[in-house]
Amino acid sequence: MAEEAREDAVVIPIGTGGRPGRGSGSARPSSAARNLSATRKPAAAAKKARSAKKATSPKQARPARAKVAPVGEPAPAEQPAAAGDAPTTGIPVGDWLAALQAGAQEVFGDDWERRAAELMAFARRRLEGDYEVDDYGFDRELTERFFMAALRPIAEKWFRLEVRGLENIPAEGGALVVSNHSGTVPLDGLMTMLAVHDKAHRSLRPLGADLVFKMPIVSSLARKSGATLACVEDAERMLSGGELVGVWPEGFKGIGKPFSERYKLQRFGRGGFVSAALRTGVPIIPLSVVGAEEIYPLVGNVPSLARLLGVPYIPITPFFPWLGPLGMVPLPSKWILEFGEPIRTDSYDAGEAEDPMLVFNVTDQVRETIQHTLFDLLRERDGVFS
Amino acid sequence: MGRVVLVTGISRDIGRRFARAAAGDPSIDRVIGVDVIPPRGDIGDVSFVRADIRNPVIAKVLAKEDVDTVVHMSVIATPGSAGGRGTMKELNVIGSMQLLAACQKSTTVDRLVVKSTTTVYGSSPRDPAMFTEDMGPKRLPSSGYAKDVYEIEGYVRGFARRRPDVDVTMVRAANVIGPHVSSPLTNYFRLPVIPRVLGFDPRLQFLHEDDLMRVLAHAATHAVPGTFNVAGDGLLTLAQAVRRLGTPSVALPRFAVGRLGATMRQARLSDFSPEQLGYLTYGRGVDTARMRSVLGFEPSFTTAEAFADFCRSVAPATERAREGAGRG
Repeated sequence: MAEEAREDAVVIPIGTGGRPGRGSGSARPSSAARNLSATRKPAAAAKKARSAKKATSPKQARPARAKVAPVGEPAPAEQPAAAGDAPTTGIPVGDWLAALQAGAQEVFGDDWERRAAELMAFARRRLEGDYEVDDYGFDRELTERFFMAALRPIAEKWFRLEVRGLENIPAEGGALVVSNHSGTVPLDGLMTMLAVHDKAHRSLRPLGADLVFKMPIVSSLARKSGATLACVEDAERMLSGGELVGVWPEGFKGIGKPFSERYKLQRFGRGGFVSAALRTGVPIIPLSVVGAEEIYPLVGNVPSLARLLGVPYIPITPFFPWLGPLGMVPLPSKWILEFGEPIRTDSYDAGEAEDPMLVFNVTDQVRETIQHTLFDLLRERDGVFS
Repeated sequence: MGRVVLVTGISRDIGRRFARAAAGDPSIDRVIGVDVIPPRGDIGDVSFVRADIRNPVIAKVLAKEDVDTVVHMSVIATPGSAGGRGTMKELNVIGSMQLLAACQKSTTVDRLVVKSTTTVYGSSPRDPAMFTEDMGPKRLPSSGYAKDVYEIEGYVRGFARRRPDVDVTMVRAANVIGPHVSSPLTNYFRLPVIPRVLGFDPRLQFLHEDDLMRVLAHAATHAVPGTFNVAGDGLLTLAQAVRRLGTPSVALPRFAVGRLGATMRQARLSDFSPEQLGYLTYGRGVDTARMRSVLGFEPSFTTAEAFADFCRSVAPATERAREGAGRG
């Protein structure tokens, strides 16, 4: 091949032969550029050699990694030159394997073999239906492996969740977490679930409105992630089963309130959650969430359309629906979750759950605790986004 | 002196098998099977009386045979076999009323066992996760099987009030499943491609056919008045069930599944009923604590085991292939 190149070198004159070189608009590099190339071939030879070796040379130089490793950093200098005319065949099998291995290592870390095997086993179990759900349809495996993993970066990087008062969550046994509700979309519920799962290592079982279970997709996701309907029967069943249950008694009045009323607690339903806690004798843990009000500032509503669609409200924010899908990106406010001191209910008789006055008093106590903690946290924080 | 048991609805497979099993029970002397059409299979020691429970003849049968236990299981779920919804309703509701009227007149009957179903609770997004026996449906069923059962249960409760000396046991069985069961739900799972409702993954609960036999025999031989949910332990979601079955499934919007079901019903391909659509959208779970504590019955199959047993009958080819692959 070298002979051939040398022979050709006789025929082809050195230089561009008077034709315009640089900036000619031709795709081929000028002779000056060829002289600078790393192959250090004579300029004239390079021209012919290039066409002769077209099928083999360039791709050998190309790094295998750039094509295979999906998350690896791209090789910056070589890639643009190689990408132009490099076909995908001809990479030695060893290179492919090395690249795959490097990619796997990148994704799964050092014990990638075990982790990859685990993932395959997981996928297989899912596809064969060989997994368990509890009485409420809670799929622990799916929740921990997917839902929580998907929420974690949002919580940590976007909302920068700060969790306080974790010691107030009992390590075991039934307890009722009562939280304020805000943010147009119930992201606060999801974030609370994640915080409880990651920091307190328990599964928070949210109670959702019946609308949640009426909507396609949402309903099946809700049941799989451990939610059940907010009704007395389910609340008592879960609490007496020793679960950590989360309720948002403000409901749609809370998340759908206008931005001007932020951090003002709405009516706490009929206090059904309190009678459930009284009957089962579990502590009530007030939770105050600051930051969720600012993610989608609700400035308007389309009641007629909402009625037509059968939803409680159609949100209008400064960005939605004006910016389309971009308007659905929540604002990156800084969140603080503070779990308050548990309010014990085991000193009351189960029969006292029927006493409406007691139920109202305890409801008010929980509400006041959350409201005051909210005000304290608001005074304390420097700014919405800091 | 053992008991004399009258079983209604023995022309159907479940009724016939229960009657046969009861005839083999040492504490039961005689079993009399009643239906309008003779049973197709072997009924063993069961004496068959051809009678229509829709007319008062049934009272004569009760008196003549000195029946002391009546097991009512002729409530049918689909109009398919009866020929039309009108006939089905008449068989179910009028038949039950006549039977109860005959029982009320009878001086010998001291125990009544009614095979009801958890379908009576309905399926809606406002349902609690688990129904207990003292809960009712969130919305009254407006038509079909669920309405029939709801009405029959009402009459049975009325009967229990009027004859407090008779032990009335109502067995609300979850969907019965097993290799020999032919019901709307098993037919649904036997479809070559299973249509699912897009975006919903209902929770299902099953009772194995053998357990149904056992619980009815248990109720017929023990005096435990009351209403009891009977189901295998645990739950399966529809997605799980379909994956375990290994049948391809297709998710369609709810209205399309309803439309498809109606078309298949008209074409007599499947008996997909409207209440079944609700069940396959929202699912249902029932609490079986009273089954254990009061009725004293323990099912031998969990929901998952009952379904696995059913799977083996549905897809022997798939199963064999899988076993072959396992060996190779």
